[in-house]
Amino acid sequence: MHIPDGFLDVQTSVIFTGLSAAGVAVALKGARSQLDEKTAPLAGLTAVFIFAVQMLNFPVAAGTSGHLLGGALAAVLVGPWAATLALTIVLLVQAFLFADGGLTALGASTFNMSIVGVWVGYGAFLLVRKILPKNKASIPIAAAIGGFVSVPMAAFSFTLQYAMGATATFSTSTVLGAMVGTHVLIGIGEGLITGLTVSAVIASRSDLVYGWKNNNQSLEIRNA
Amino acid sequence: MLNNRKFYISGFIASLFLAGVVSFYASSHPDGLEKVAEEIGFLETAKENTNAGVVFSDYGTKGVDNERASVGIAGVIGVLGTAVVAGVAFKLIARKPKDKKN
Repeated sequence: MHIPDGFLDVQTSVIFTGLSAAGVAVALKGARSQLDEKTAPLAGLTAVFIFAVQMLNFPVAAGTSGHLLGGALAAVLVGPWAATLALTIVLLVQAFLFADGGLTALGASTFNMSIVGVWVGYGAFLLVRKILPKNKASIPIAAAIGGFVSVPMAAFSFTLQYAMGATATFSTSTVLGAMVGTHVLIGIGEGLITGLTVSAVIASRSDLVYGWKNNNQSLEIRNA
Repeated sequence: MLNNRKFYISGFIASLFLAGVVSFYASSHPDGLEKVAEEIGFLETAKENTNAGVVFSDYGTKGVDNERASVGIAGVIGVLGTAVVAGVAFKLIARKPKDKKN
């Protein structure tokens, strides 16, 4: 879902660069108060792992592939603020080192994946977590559903940008149907990878998992 | 429960393995956005990336003909690069004011 240069006009690119910059600034503030020496390394590892897994495109339908976005995964592991920052770092590395995603479209891509993907994924995770029993086994399931939902929503967000300022003139509803339809399929892969990864981390270091700690009052540790 | 050292080392090695080795087997079909753009017809509005000439453009290593090595090297460089940027950034972010030494 990395947008190449040229898809969006200058005005739309500028607007979304501004929105993303504001979102990243808020995330910085949130992460500052939430991260500590114990959780910061996991935020770093989360960025590294997401970079690696984003290279692994899986086939979804005839001639189409998808890859992990990782927004819900990161939010459940390290909290939504640090997740926004982790995803943004991955996108920066991809754009500058690998020419994956256009530089002028970086703001729009960041908006879709680091902000919409992370926060929608985290919101869905919280809702599902509320319904499920309060035990460790529920966390990977809620995370998987968060991951599944986040991908078509990021695709919807791209469609919004397309409607606001695409250089092409194809109808928005055509783009909307195709984008959301394709990304529901990719969302299934996202959900699976997210659920499996969260369950592996819960099994080995549940004390580090933000989406579990913060569900469990007795274990909640807050450093002022 | 794994201790810190074991946990982070295994996570990092898993990432290196995925990006450096498994990436060769990834699907080379266009991703969702690219495919949709191609089918609807707006893919042709894409311009070549401003820094398309970069050494690791499109997850290959310039000058390395062996495909397995080319993508593997790019993956390892990406993992290391992300680790450095994210490592420094999160260390600075997590530092509390009281730790500041002037």
